[in-house]
Amino acid sequence: MATQHSRSAARLMMAPAVILLLGWMLVPLVMTLYFSFMDYRPLRGIAECCVGFQNYERFITSSSFADSVGVTLIMVGGILAITVIGGVLLAMLLDQPMWGQGIVRILVIAPFFVMPTVSALVWKNMFMDPVNGVLAHVWRFFGAAPHDWLSQSPLFSIILIVSWQWLPFATLILLTAIQSLDSEQLEASEMDGAGFLSRFWFIVLPHLARAITVVVLIQTIFLLSIFAEIFVTTQGSFGTRTLTYLIYQRVLESQNVGLGSAGGILAVILANIIAIFLMRIVGRNLDA
Amino acid sequence: MARASTPQKKAVATVAAWTIGLLIFFPILWTILTSFKTEADAIANPPKVLFFDWTLENYGVVQERSDYARYLWNSIVIAGGSTLLGLIVAIPAAWSMAFVPGKRTKDVLMWMLSTKMLPAVGVLYPIYLVMIRLGVLDTKGALIVVLMLINLPIIIWMLYTYFKEIPGEILEAARMDGASLREEILYILTPMAVPGIASTLLLNIILAWNEAFWTLNLTAAKAAPLTAFIASYSSPEGLFYAKLSAASTMAIAPILIMGWFSQKQLVRGLTFGAVK
Repeated sequence: MATQHSRSAARLMMAPAVILLLGWMLVPLVMTLYFSFMDYRPLRGIAECCVGFQNYERFITSSSFADSVGVTLIMVGGILAITVIGGVLLAMLLDQPMWGQGIVRILVIAPFFVMPTVSALVWKNMFMDPVNGVLAHVWRFFGAAPHDWLSQSPLFSIILIVSWQWLPFATLILLTAIQSLDSEQLEASEMDGAGFLSRFWFIVLPHLARAITVVVLIQTIFLLSIFAEIFVTTQGSFGTRTLTYLIYQRVLESQNVGLGSAGGILAVILANIIAIFLMRIVGRNLDA
Repeated sequence: MARASTPQKKAVATVAAWTIGLLIFFPILWTILTSFKTEADAIANPPKVLFFDWTLENYGVVQERSDYARYLWNSIVIAGGSTLLGLIVAIPAAWSMAFVPGKRTKDVLMWMLSTKMLPAVGVLYPIYLVMIRLGVLDTKGALIVVLMLINLPIIIWMLYTYFKEIPGEILEAARMDGASLREEILYILTPMAVPGIASTLLLNIILAWNEAFWTLNLTAAKAAPLTAFIASYSSPEGLFYAKLSAASTMAIAPILIMGWFSQKQLVRGLTFGAVK
């Protein structure tokens, strides 16, 4: 249906977006790549090119790198486990007929709209504080000694805070997916005597497989770059330094730009591996 | 998959869902309640839930001591500006990809999505450096551009999925009647696309409002929006819960309300159309 004329007009209309994104992607990336081969420490006035793969070697062989990868894996894995399992259960519950479904939905989705710095600060001070925090009151109520969350179990505390923010996202998407499930299929299986567990295992879960994959991939992309929650709570200390936070510290706090840039390039490669999987799924959907 | 159920089942589901829903919402509710307490009531032991002297004092103090309105204004300008700028760039692009698809349209879309996956920390220093060189570090304009760019793929994707649902026959009919490209966009497509554009706008204001990597790292005193303002609120011990709560409540209230309105579109926008 498109004529030659409208084709060239279409290209023209796409041009600004394509050029902007191309610039946004290429310019900083090329600069980071260049810096990663330099001994670049602006505070000391050092900017020497080129030192080969020295930065990469130093970054990868330092113990903080191995630690940060471990912390990142635990943090992302923990949050994914909580939000996906919790999300499936919650979505199934919310799908049941009930009174006030709309209001419950609104209550459940709310944390997703709270800005990361607010949720981190509110949790840190008003909930996890060992003296005045709500959780401390609850612990005392049951006769237990209050737990000093952020210093005794900092990693778990951050996992908890971020899970609270992302559980609504997982729930909302899985609920949307569940609602598209054919109820006749379920009724038929119920009549055939399938119990709750086998219905869940053989009908609901396979139906959700795709949505779960999407949730896992999208959350992974966002969770790999968790920043504000760590910045506000522990500043990367007590074993909560993720790869993102380590690179941030190298680049902006200690201003060792060469070393940090090498880390940045590694993070880009890591994110791309995950992105490829996500793109395949989204791409498949584009054909349909 | 709603099915017929007995009243007992419905009652059990209602109680369970409300309990969990209130638990999840509790931190927000508690923050809102605390914002109306005096600092003494805020750290009272045992905690006072509803029976305390309700006061609006904290809201006034937050404004007085830290010029809250300025940060709020920065947030509004940055979130609104980046969203509007993004729409201006994205609408023509999404339109052309939806209605005049070429051989490579799909590749272009996928590539745009891939730019969203670039970890921000990997390009933090170059952006930081460029901004210093251009003398735009800690300005609202720079942040508007950066946030526009990070959300542009989402805006284009959302619009694209909405535009795709507009039947092409209508356009053909208009063309046969001699409508020009400009008229086609202005009088036919735009009215049909308004709902899609509106939800894209809403979602992107939310995303930009809550963005906390670039806003924390690229602003200082002048251009800092609410995300950065709240982060500066960590003082060591107690005694400021009520003010923290008041500041937090004001920071999240507008977005919470917008978010509740856009929850349906959220799924589509954040999954790039992979779950509808």
